Amino acid sequence: MSDITLRRRRAISPGQWIGRALVAIVLITFAAFFILPIVWLVLAPTKSNSQLLLDGPFSFGSFDQLAANWDQLFAFGSGVFTTWIGNSVFYSFSALVITLIVSIPAGYALALIEFKGRRLLLVTTLIVMLIPNTALVLPIFLELSAARLIGSPLAVILPFSFFPFGVYLTYIYFSTAVSRDLLNAARIDGAGELRVFGQVAMPLATPVIALVGFFSFVANWNNYFLPFLVVGGQKIPVQVGLSNLLANVPAFNPTTATSIVIELPTLALATLLSVAPILIIFLFAQRFLVEGMTAGGTKE
Amino acid sequence: MNAGQSRYGYVFVSGYTLLLLAFGLLPTLYAIYLAFTRNGAFVGFDNFVRVFGDYRFLPAVAHVALYVVYWLVSLIIFVVILALIVHAVRVRWLGNAARFLFYIPGAIAGASSVLLWLFVLDPSVSPVSALLKSMGYDSLVSVVAVGNLPVVFTVIAFWAGAGGWIVIMYGALNNISGDIMEAARIDGAGPVQTAWHIQLPMLTKWISYMGIMSLAAGTQLFVEPKILAQATKNVVPEDYSLNQLAYLYAFRQNDFSGSAAISIVLLVVALGLSTIFIFRGRLFDSE
Repeated sequence: MSDITLRRRRAISPGQWIGRALVAIVLITFAAFFILPIVWLVLAPTKSNSQLLLDGPFSFGSFDQLAANWDQLFAFGSGVFTTWIGNSVFYSFSALVITLIVSIPAGYALALIEFKGRRLLLVTTLIVMLIPNTALVLPIFLELSAARLIGSPLAVILPFSFFPFGVYLTYIYFSTAVSRDLLNAARIDGAGELRVFGQVAMPLATPVIALVGFFSFVANWNNYFLPFLVVGGQKIPVQVGLSNLLANVPAFNPTTATSIVIELPTLALATLLSVAPILIIFLFAQRFLVEGMTAGGTKE
Repeated sequence: MNAGQSRYGYVFVSGYTLLLLAFGLLPTLYAIYLAFTRNGAFVGFDNFVRVFGDYRFLPAVAHVALYVVYWLVSLIIFVVILALIVHAVRVRWLGNAARFLFYIPGAIAGASSVLLWLFVLDPSVSPVSALLKSMGYDSLVSVVAVGNLPVVFTVIAFWAGAGGWIVIMYGALNNISGDIMEAARIDGAGPVQTAWHIQLPMLTKWISYMGIMSLAAGTQLFVEPKILAQATKNVVPEDYSLNQLAYLYAFRQNDFSGSAAISIVLLVVALGLSTIFIFRGRLFDSE
């Protein structure tokens, strides 16, 4: 008897089979669409230009060829690629530090301290947070150029440091994870506001500091439009540098005037290296991403 | 309200407020000022009239609008379907692996993703060159012909952005109570009926969030056409999108007023969308 019911439960109608097959096809197609370009990008730098054109797209070249492409990339413009990466690191980290210094106290105050204008500041933060960051790039450029700051690293770092999403994340965190009673207890014990913040709230804030830091770093590292407009020459970050590199690839610019030539596998290597830090962070910080992305819905 | 506390409230928000003024409010006000003046003299809507009359303006609006339509439709359909499918997968590791594969391209943004897609769209090196050739394309230039661009940009944006939304929708689906799902199953609802009558209505708030965010971001199109223009020697026009046009006004024509006028139009669209969402949507009900 039990054997029969078990079998009946296992039996799958033809309609279900077709349904399952369809689901599998959709899943596999989209998985391939999302992942194959990345697999290709990881393999391309191991090949020579002719291997890239002639061999199978997912074949592995050789480590020697990878080394040769590596050398070509880092020799380009007497090592300017290293400078670009260094600039990206410098801009992203400086902005990250300023973002944390200003956002954590701001989110804390918005969540747990009553002051006039709090609601206005909160609503403004939400509105600005939801407009795409590119929307303000040209106005910021126009402003910085009036302030004669174009070309200065500050022209990248300061606008990068303005990160309303970070304030919002901190606000959500403090208003859900830390109770006012806890702070009031410390106040009754005679702690001043600075001590309440520094010794009660801050030790609890580690998760949100990591979260804000993560999102700020990713957003800044990947930003192209703003640095493209406000810095040039040796000061550009790697995102902008990549497009400079493109100008020296004969396959895309047959009339390229420069004598130094970047071949396709080298360009692929540059692309891979330009995203490597973020790719690595993504691999290890899955849960962070999900937490941050769904932060809007957690408070209901 | 305690006066001492409230004073410290101002201290704590002071740094952020300064940045908000310097890189949120001030640039907006300055762009408004520039858009309504010419060499310091107030000219009313002259700059807007001039920009709207530019022969490149309406085509740029049309390009961006068409791209945004393709992008939103494909995003809403495929993200919802994929989230439902991944949610329905019973094998735990398979569902996790699928979500991971879908969202990992999100790490590759900006110029890097466009460069990667230059390779993918170039039949001579592409991992899918057979597919491109079967569709009759034998060179990068033929793939990125102007008529194809809305689809090309949609594919790039979908590749980089869809995974994050799938993860969000998946999370929302997980929040639907098991009792409701079980009740539907006992009433004889199949997976498709359950999705249509129970899961989809529960997702609408997230779908509208995704729609508004993507609409706002889509109108800002810049880096994709910019780099494709460079890679194809302007087969992809350098004035394809509105932001590119605003860029050309500032950098090529030295016309900051015209540039500011276009930026203000784009900013008004973005601000309008986000304000409507904050005040009408229920997603960010914070108080």
